[in-house]
Amino acid sequence: MRFVDEFRDAGKAHALSAKITALCEPGRQYKLMEVCGGHTHTIYKHGLEDYLPEQITLVHGPGCPVCVIPMGRVDDAIALAAEPDVIMTSFGDMMRVPGSRGSFFDAKARGTDIRMVYSPLDSLKIARKNPGKRIVFMAIGFETTAPSTAMTMLRAAAEGLANFSVFCNHVTIIPAIKAILDSPDLRLDGFLGPGHVSTVIGCRPYEFIARDYGKPVVVAGFEPLDILQSIYMLMLQLAQGRSEVENQYSRVVPWDGNVVALRAIGETMELRPYFEWRGLGFISHSALKVREQYAKFDAELLFSVPGVRVADPKACQCGEVLKGVLKPWECKVFGTACTPETPIGTCMVSPEGACAAYYNYGRLTRQRVREAIRP
Amino acid sequence: MCLGIPGEVIEFLPDQPDLARVDVSGVRRVINVGLLSDDPPRPGEWVLIHVGFALSKIDENEAAAAMQFLEGIGQAYDDELAALQESRIE
Repeated sequence: MRFVDEFRDAGKAHALSAKITALCEPGRQYKLMEVCGGHTHTIYKHGLEDYLPEQITLVHGPGCPVCVIPMGRVDDAIALAAEPDVIMTSFGDMMRVPGSRGSFFDAKARGTDIRMVYSPLDSLKIARKNPGKRIVFMAIGFETTAPSTAMTMLRAAAEGLANFSVFCNHVTIIPAIKAILDSPDLRLDGFLGPGHVSTVIGCRPYEFIARDYGKPVVVAGFEPLDILQSIYMLMLQLAQGRSEVENQYSRVVPWDGNVVALRAIGETMELRPYFEWRGLGFISHSALKVREQYAKFDAELLFSVPGVRVADPKACQCGEVLKGVLKPWECKVFGTACTPETPIGTCMVSPEGACAAYYNYGRLTRQRVREAIRP
Repeated sequence: MCLGIPGEVIEFLPDQPDLARVDVSGVRRVINVGLLSDDPPRPGEWVLIHVGFALSKIDENEAAAAMQFLEGIGQAYDDELAALQESRIE
């Protein structure tokens, strides 16, 4: 392992910072959204905002799939897990996400059989080993994880496994970005496109943002210099009056994405007419369900799912944080009632949530954040 | 779950061509490489792994950068690595 320093060279960071500053038009304010929680993490970990002129504000987007699962879906999953002979399997990230009557961890403590898995393929293995049980995989995530669920269903079909199913909560990033673009609350100047989602979907799906909304998009890597370089590319487009989709992360992201992965998703899943996002409400065609041909793997058809809609807690302003309207520290409960130990909202639960990223890098209370940002 | 973890491909499992043994931070685990069937990785090449599936091929330089990013994340990466260590898909 070597060469890592080339992504973290402080001299290069300062040089980029100067170039970015030089591109700012006097008197103009710029708002750039980083869609992905991984980018939010890098920005706070390395204090990248300190490298940017005050005219540029980075706004955190909805790209944390754990953060956008509504409480009602958590309740549904727990109800499903409590059905006779069911073993619910889930990524660890989901275990602490609060529903209206507690989280998976709370349900597990009450005796419900909920097991953490690393991969949906682990769920498949549990199914093979427990033929008398019904194994449900709690599928969450954007297009980064949807191919894994799709490949697992294809595998289950090939093996003829009858006791495995998927509770599908996969969401798609493009409709969420469109909802934000159409939201009257926020005027954005450009987007840092998500890195890993784009390895699957490629760069073309972002073209409508450049073409129809006139906003530049740069798909960005996760290193500090990747992000500064991408901000520079966005600012250069704005200075030159261009709006295009560019790929800063081409060393990982192919322009056309991963065709095998897209084919697997298309084979096993289809778009839902609408899906509820925590904090953002119902968004058309923003999530995936299991296709009819694979109905025997669709937990929503195999079990009765209550499907009760639960309103977000009143105190919680995750929706505004997910849309980038509020900074985490502007939420009423940030760092007081809502902390990573006792989260109220999902943005504080997931380590990639914007609130957890703020909190974990020492910006613990609103007062301290105010002090930190006071000029 | 969202984290892409770099792994070095060691070998393919003889009877299951979709499965490969990889080395992740010294831990050897079996992952699925079916999503790279258009351009399969060779032993010695690096891949970015998401929830047990190789999603893209990367070079060693990128693998090192990804690893440093993950180590900087702290607890979330420790949890992910621990989960990977428990994973037995084969």
